Amino acid sequence: MNSVNRKLWKYNGGLHLEDHKTCSNQMESRELPMPKRLTIPMQQHIGEAAHPIVKVGDKVLKGEMIAESSARVSAPIHAPTSGTIVEIAPMPMPHPAALDAVTIILESDGLDQWCELHPIENYRHVSSDELRDRIRDAGIVGLGGAGFPSYIKLDPGQHFAIETLILNGAECEPYITCDDRLMRERPEAILDGARIMRHALHAKRCIIAIEDNKPEAFAALERAQSQSGQADIELVLVPTLYPTGGERQLIKVLTGKEVPSQGRTLDIGIISHNVTTAATIADAVIDGIPLINRMITVTGESITTPQNIRAPIGAPIEALLDFAGRENGVETQLVMGGPMMGISLNSASLPVIKTSNCFMLQPKQPTVPESPCIRCGECAVVCPAELLPQQLYWHSRAREFEKVQDYNLFDCIECGCCSYVCPSNIPLVHYYRFAKTEVWAQEREKEAANIARMRHEHRQARQEKAELEKQERMRKKKAALKDKEKGGTDDAAKKAAIKAAMDRAKAKREANQNPEAAAPTDVPSQEAAATETQPATIPESTSKSES
Amino acid sequence: MKSLISSPYTHGDSSLQQVMLQVVFALIPAIGIHFWFFGWGIITNILLATLFCLGFEAIVMWLRRRPIQTTLFDGSALVTAVLLAITIPPLSPWWLILVGSLAAIVFAKQIYGGLGFNPFNPAMIGFVVLLISFPKEMTQWVAPIANGEQGIGLMQSLQIVFGSTGLDALTGATPLDALKTGIRMGGEVSGVMAATPIYGQFAGFGWESVNLAILAGGLWMLWRKTIRWHVPVAMLGSLAAISTLFYLIDPSRYADPIFHLLGGGAILGAFFIATDPVSGATSTKGRIIFGIGIGLFTYIIRSWGGYPDGVAFGILLMNMAAPMIDYYTQPKVFGQKG
Ligand code: SF4
Ligand code: SF4
Repeated sequence: MNSVNRKLWKYNGGLHLEDHKTCSNQMESRELPMPKRLTIPMQQHIGEAAHPIVKVGDKVLKGEMIAESSARVSAPIHAPTSGTIVEIAPMPMPHPAALDAVTIILESDGLDQWCELHPIENYRHVSSDELRDRIRDAGIVGLGGAGFPSYIKLDPGQHFAIETLILNGAECEPYITCDDRLMRERPEAILDGARIMRHALHAKRCIIAIEDNKPEAFAALERAQSQSGQADIELVLVPTLYPTGGERQLIKVLTGKEVPSQGRTLDIGIISHNVTTAATIADAVIDGIPLINRMITVTGESITTPQNIRAPIGAPIEALLDFAGRENGVETQLVMGGPMMGISLNSASLPVIKTSNCFMLQPKQPTVPESPCIRCGECAVVCPAELLPQQLYWHSRAREFEKVQDYNLFDCIECGCCSYVCPSNIPLVHYYRFAKTEVWAQEREKEAANIARMRHEHRQARQEKAELEKQERMRKKKAALKDKEKGGTDDAAKKAAIKAAMDRAKAKREANQNPEAAAPTDVPSQEAAATETQPATIPESTSKSES
Repeated sequence: MKSLISSPYTHGDSSLQQVMLQVVFALIPAIGIHFWFFGWGIITNILLATLFCLGFEAIVMWLRRRPIQTTLFDGSALVTAVLLAITIPPLSPWWLILVGSLAAIVFAKQIYGGLGFNPFNPAMIGFVVLLISFPKEMTQWVAPIANGEQGIGLMQSLQIVFGSTGLDALTGATPLDALKTGIRMGGEVSGVMAATPIYGQFAGFGWESVNLAILAGGLWMLWRKTIRWHVPVAMLGSLAAISTLFYLIDPSRYADPIFHLLGGGAILGAFFIATDPVSGATSTKGRIIFGIGIGLFTYIIRSWGGYPDGVAFGILLMNMAAPMIDYYTQPKVFGQKG
């Protein structure tokens, strides 16, 4: 089933960008030769970092789990090839704030020997829970760049009925073509993944959306669907417009519904996943293969032959760049992700991680100075979240963080449309990231202060109680001595005194249970929501420090 | 904040300088026609205003220890200069232009913190300061050159500008001015128009041509998306609507809408001045309200106020209201509509 005359909706703004896709999407994807050393960070996803379950010196097989976590929002990590663990230490990883993460270094033995895999024969006979466990254990996270653990987005809970499962193959960012290539090369896997997810979610219908600049991908999926003999998935071409691949924008285009501001797609009965994620889920369920490699676009003006490369997690980025060929002579800038939302990396020796969808090598651009905002409003015209970017900028700059939140800072998806059109060349998104980070930091500080105060008060109460009890004991002893001497009794009075002391301590303890301190602030949830759209953000890794 | 490079790593091709230069380019046809009808006056005005405006801008930048070059060449002072030069009478004496430029650049713009921070349109402040301070000089307009007549030559123009020759013999009133005086003296619109030679086919000989050229420039800016349609359409629409209404009520006392649209500064104001984003409203709805307000104020001041034209006052009044309009017309964000 595919609908050419399907009704589609529009969202506000957006940009018609030159897509620069044909430079990399013409060629069949190639496999990167296995590098000698793989550098595998423990934080490749949103949420808690995974903890290594191997030691230096351990031999591992390809596909074996080498790190895991008991936290809900986290993902285990597997060995992309067989070999020996040679080092475990904090190392830099691809991250906007260039943070370090605990990293496992695996030296390949060149055998590429698989561990035992456990395929699921017929996923239709398996419960949703079992499927989710499998997807979780395979370490699968949103591969469109978000990196949010996929199994959570397949677990709507009791209260939500899922109307529509959307597979996002829009790939609206210029230059990136890895989803495009995967749809052309492995359409069956994507359809299988779609069916598995639909089964897990009990979703009524499933749509795969593709921007109309990828007719070959659409045709490939169409062919695969008709060959499969099932017509259960709706294939939809959507107009090419940046950022249609944004989750909220795509949902609007396909269904006309708007995800509530700061709400979840779940609230309107919709779940969306990336197409590459779907194929990876199919591999994990049908073949038992965990997420150990991925398709990556290597492109940009400074790459000789832009193309898509299938590379293991942990491969050094420079191996990919060299595989595709680097133009030498010019100073370049390396970006992970696309030109609109990617993050710049300061070293090509950083590793490929699960969310690396594209590496772009461009000649370094001279920085154009920023002029004052002339309030032209062009930014608001193109903003898909219908915000007032100029006001957000104004208040971020003035560090008026309450005001920025009044202007719905946390609805900003950081798509970059506003910066792109700003005639004054203001790095608007940069200001928003700064403001978001500041707000999170303030919230955390507040929380930390509350926790510290609570701890302090508890300790005081404890000490007081101990002191009282000690005094009481002393008194008892003395009284007992006296009793022995006198033989008289005033037991009742003694008991009353003890009880009074205990009551005082208890009252004090209760008074200290500050209701404010106990109530969670709502910002951490926004944090999670916002990070879903961004490869990684600064705060998560620090949020652990208080717990 | 500084060292972190952050996405997007690509930028559209619009720049501040380009936006400003487009505004100036769009005025070139009008300047040409102005020159054709009124002679050198417009040229001397523009040259002097540009010199003074850029000069003041540079001085203030130097005093504020800011980079002079980037600001000077962002084009914003040039736009102010050209707009001021077009709104004041051609062949204005140099000191008049100096005072106007001072008011526009130093008082209306830089004292508030420079480009982007000025609540009022600088050129309009310059114009209004001159209008209030030097009413006589500001109403002496060179009469259009009639067919076959010899205009004022360059040398004579320079002598007038630099003060060695009087202008009195050569001047006439603007169409709006003449109409206002005529009606005040008891005349009827049609009578006044028939009796005064400066009225052309509809709105004043020479003036309508200049205004049509300004309109062409404005439409070009719309096409280039230098400006958006909301303010000009709202302003001219409301002006047309209210003038039609009164014209229908009493055509003998109120001029027709065509005259109102083309006879004064309405077109220039609508496309080139009210669209100044810095001092205007930013939201779409806000811009429409902003434009309507200017149209109404323009008509009220023209018809019942003390000044012949009300565009400048209309714009400044609405500049004042712009922050409030923006506050009350904030669009609903994505996902908050339901
Ligand atoms: S596009 Fe730039 S200059 Fe224009 S209003 Fe937005 S921030 Fe200001
Ligand atoms: S980055 Fe944020 S403010 Fe700018 S256009 Fe995108 S959503 Fe709007």
